Amino acid sequence: MSTRNSFVSKGVDWTIVTLYAILVVIGILCIFMVEYRTGTNWLQLFLGGKTNYSKQLIFAGACTLIATFILLADSKLFTAFANLTYVFGILLMLATFVIGKDIKGSRSWIALGGGFNLQPAELCKIFTALALAKYMSMQNLDFTKKRSQLIAVGIVLLPAVLARLQHETGLALVYLSFFIAMYREGLPAEILVIGISFGALVVATLTVDPNTLAIALTLIAAILIYILRRQIKRNSRLLMIIVATWAICVGIQRFAVPYIFNNVFECYQSQRIYSAVGKDYDCSQNKHNKSEIAAGAKASFKPDDYNVRQSKIAIGSGGFKGRGFLKGTQTRGKYVPEQHTDFIFTSLGEAFGFVGCATFLLIYLFLLFRIVNIAERQRSTFSRVYAYSVASILFFHITVNVCMTIGLFPIIGIALPLISYGGSSLLTFTILIFILLRLDADRQMVLR
Amino acid sequence: MSVFNQSRSRVVQIIFLLIFGVILIQLINLQIFSSKYKLAAENNAIYRKIIYPDRGIIFDRKKKAMLENTISYDLVVTPIESRGTDTLALCTLLNIDTVEYKRRMREIIFKYTAVKPSVFEGLLTQELYAKLYENMYKFPGFNLTDRSVRTYPFNTGAQVLGYIAEVDTSFLRRHKEEGYEMGDYAGMNGLERTYEKVLMGERGIKRFIRDNKSRIQGSYENGMFDTSAVAGRNLYTSVDVEVQQLAEKLLANKIGSAVAINPKTGGIIAMVSSPNYNPNDLTGSARRKNLGRMLLDTARPMFNRAIKGQYPPGSTFKPLGAVIALDEGLITPNYGYPCYGSYSNCGVVVKCEHKNAGHAASLRLALANSCNSYFSQVFRMAIDNPEYHNSTLGYLKWKEYMNKFGMGTTLDVDLPSENKASVPDTAVYNKAYGRNRWNSCTILTLGIGQDKMTATPMQLANMMCIIANKGYYYTPHFVDSIEHEQKDDTTYLAKYRKKHSVIHTSDTVFRAVHEGMHDVTVYGTASAIKIPGVEYCAKTGTAQNPHGKNHSLFVCFAPKDNPKIAVAVIVENAGFGATWAGPIGAFIMEKYLNDTIAADRLSEVERISKADLIPDAIKNWYVKKENQRQAKLILEAEAAKAELNAEAKQNISDEEDNSEKLPLGTEKNKEQLEMILPENKITKPLLPQNKKDSSKKKNTNTTTALFIDENKKWLAKKSKA
Repeated sequence: MSTRNSFVSKGVDWTIVTLYAILVVIGILCIFMVEYRTGTNWLQLFLGGKTNYSKQLIFAGACTLIATFILLADSKLFTAFANLTYVFGILLMLATFVIGKDIKGSRSWIALGGGFNLQPAELCKIFTALALAKYMSMQNLDFTKKRSQLIAVGIVLLPAVLARLQHETGLALVYLSFFIAMYREGLPAEILVIGISFGALVVATLTVDPNTLAIALTLIAAILIYILRRQIKRNSRLLMIIVATWAICVGIQRFAVPYIFNNVFECYQSQRIYSAVGKDYDCSQNKHNKSEIAAGAKASFKPDDYNVRQSKIAIGSGGFKGRGFLKGTQTRGKYVPEQHTDFIFTSLGEAFGFVGCATFLLIYLFLLFRIVNIAERQRSTFSRVYAYSVASILFFHITVNVCMTIGLFPIIGIALPLISYGGSSLLTFTILIFILLRLDADRQMVLR
Repeated sequence: MSVFNQSRSRVVQIIFLLIFGVILIQLINLQIFSSKYKLAAENNAIYRKIIYPDRGIIFDRKKKAMLENTISYDLVVTPIESRGTDTLALCTLLNIDTVEYKRRMREIIFKYTAVKPSVFEGLLTQELYAKLYENMYKFPGFNLTDRSVRTYPFNTGAQVLGYIAEVDTSFLRRHKEEGYEMGDYAGMNGLERTYEKVLMGERGIKRFIRDNKSRIQGSYENGMFDTSAVAGRNLYTSVDVEVQQLAEKLLANKIGSAVAINPKTGGIIAMVSSPNYNPNDLTGSARRKNLGRMLLDTARPMFNRAIKGQYPPGSTFKPLGAVIALDEGLITPNYGYPCYGSYSNCGVVVKCEHKNAGHAASLRLALANSCNSYFSQVFRMAIDNPEYHNSTLGYLKWKEYMNKFGMGTTLDVDLPSENKASVPDTAVYNKAYGRNRWNSCTILTLGIGQDKMTATPMQLANMMCIIANKGYYYTPHFVDSIEHEQKDDTTYLAKYRKKHSVIHTSDTVFRAVHEGMHDVTVYGTASAIKIPGVEYCAKTGTAQNPHGKNHSLFVCFAPKDNPKIAVAVIVENAGFGATWAGPIGAFIMEKYLNDTIAADRLSEVERISKADLIPDAIKNWYVKKENQRQAKLILEAEAAKAELNAEAKQNISDEEDNSEKLPLGTEKNKEQLEMILPENKITKPLLPQNKKDSSKKKNTNTTTALFIDENKKWLAKKSKA
């Protein structure tokens, strides 16, 4: 036993294991806060295994078991099966279109029987991370080449597109986080810059009056031309670039964004995005809505900003020190919908206030930095890319989930890693993190 | 890989930091700088339940409860839980149809949401409560809750006591700071209104945590902020229930008012305004119907004539005219005036009832004989008092006296909306005749209580108090003391405990007036009216008025030497003061002083009580109303019959026969209606207040017309189907 133990624990980064354990415990406590009712014998319910927090504990137990197996496994296994699992994952996702089960409006689940359901898009995160790492670590790969960059982007975007087709917008967006990992490996910074600028422009379009924004953009362009007038004299292409950029920006702001909101997104999605920036979206402009009305179907239910409002009230009412464990009225009164899953952060915010939230976020930040540090100490590219992928996925989940609860981001179903209730979510992150730990334990090896 | 990529690790870390920074800034914004979220959370989650205390009870002077609290039951429904209710059974029990049931449900859901319990049918009768209680298992979502309501064991003093009713939006707007909420009950009139704060008590508040569907989760902070209800405090009044009941009985079938005051304290012993209503009519389930009926009644049973009715005082003013002249030093008790049947010094002739010489040889004699000439002369002397140079100033001085005696001003009784009646200002006469173009002659009849002078019955009773007390009075009031009197109460009641000295004339002056008024009861106009074993002073009045027959007035106090009660009685359009008002006043005094009515006089009480003196105009109005009601009933009966026919039609195959019958039925209806309606138009309004009613009448006519139309339409629909 002892020899095996020492073998398993050899080289394992205990900091991360500790952080993992802390987060899982916090998660179970948060779910307990949501479920708790005064006057009930919580211990009995806990042991009865009927409540969400006891179920989550059971999941955690199962995850510990699986984590142990992963730590016992050979690192080479992951490199060997990386491509195969990816293909398997894609096939599973395709299979959902045929045998998928409809849960809460998205056909992205496969029933496994016994009340368990599997969401391939969730599992595919692991497979994609492995496949990307595998591809990037190919010996003769030159990532500076456009072709290899495109292939890498393709690996990442394929499951994203499939997830979007299953109406799992949140999961589809998660795959964008792989760009951070690719950036580290030499993807041109321009893509990141352009991406972020585009995001800023979209947000500005939503918040600022279109005419004002157009004038502002024109002014920026004019000032740029004035400042760079010497260079422009020497090189007329610069002027072309500036004018073209300006034209694209105004085009996006004027036509592309309204078009996307009115024709690509469903009515409720547009509304959610608008409500996140505190505005109303007029559903009558939406094409989907129009066609629905034309078809004589029942007018779609208008979701208001109830979720965000209640979630903000819950977090805001926590104040600096919070209302105390089990004392939050928003949580006890079940005012926040989906509080045990996507809105779990609100229970924490209400009970422990700013102090609690900040501490909690620092734990996450510490975890992320630790993973980045681990990534940088890897000898093999495979391990490093994989580590960055894990950090990116975690980062994306945390950011989107927390921003969603505090009203900085539209509501999309993305879980808070290791905290939100849900077996598959916990399992996915456990596997992601413990594969990383296994790889890190063998960091002296060069894996391909 | 390359060193270049190493630096990108820093960039990634900086991105992480930046985003976390943004999140932290938003958290600071939400949790530290915004206070609104805390409030919003409390509004969400804390449910304040109000615990209603029992209202205070109002006692009479012998500690008999004039009103009490009993439990009444409401049928309450939580719409969301009412699925599966046996609607038909419930509708049959409540005697409503399913359309009405659905309408009420919609209204409740719209007003109070589907998750809150709200009143479906309030104030159930005992019988209905028993029936519902047995069948409650059939109606999930429905509950019976109890509420405290008023009952009136003596069925008396409705206008004085007032009533309580659910507060409406305008009430809430007027009493914003007092913590009322929709659904609360508050005193709306009478003593219930004036002493609302005392009677109401303090409501307790229990705080509960509720969830997103408004279900109670438990007490908030273990009841740390809860307050318990404090019961309302009782009022002890000077009213004598038995006297009040007798006075109401005597004034039955008449329009008028009576006020009895204890001159020693100012405490009101009885206050009646007729027509009256049974206070129990405004508590039970028929409350709304009764209230509507009474508000529309042309005789205005809700109108407290004792403090709001304005009557010319007529001869009952004469003692006061004498007191003023005596106090100004214009006459002495020995002053006499040679009257031979009329007063003609001013061109116009004021007639006097007496022609024999010497009937006004002294004040005492003039009062006993109620000599118009004498008091016209005395009034002129007051107005033309050489001390004040001109008649305007003389009049102002006279008016000042009047106001001191409580005439033409509000006395500030503890009932809401008291009327100050009228002692005209000089401006009124300036407007009527022109500045300085009127004198004592122009306004001569003021001296005998006519002209533009009016007074409320309570003012007249108060005037009697001052004369009985020889120069002072206490503000008339009902409430002598409040249970567990607090500082606020004492300051409020202070004005009723303060002695108001009006004039300080010598005792002899008042003695002359007293003797004169006593003579009235010995050989004067009231000589036929006696109280067994009591010597009393009185003055009758027969006031001319623009509304038809003379008003019958009577003011008095007794016993003569140590007055304990002063009374003023007015019976509208009843003729001589001594015929109707006089006996009523005497019986009130007898009941109060002797505690009972002599057995041989009881038949007289019955006679007066049964005498119907209601003016014809008002009687006609009732007849009209009744006709309308009958017409409506016939229409409804026909409609019901038509409905039955229509149903039968659906069952029976031969359609033609029935379809012909239906319109025929309505034609018949119309004829009947036309037969009734023209009658109604004949009666012309005699009283000015009837004008309003006639316009109301028109409205009701049109509604019945509409009714016919709708009925037809409805039938048309039915026959199509």
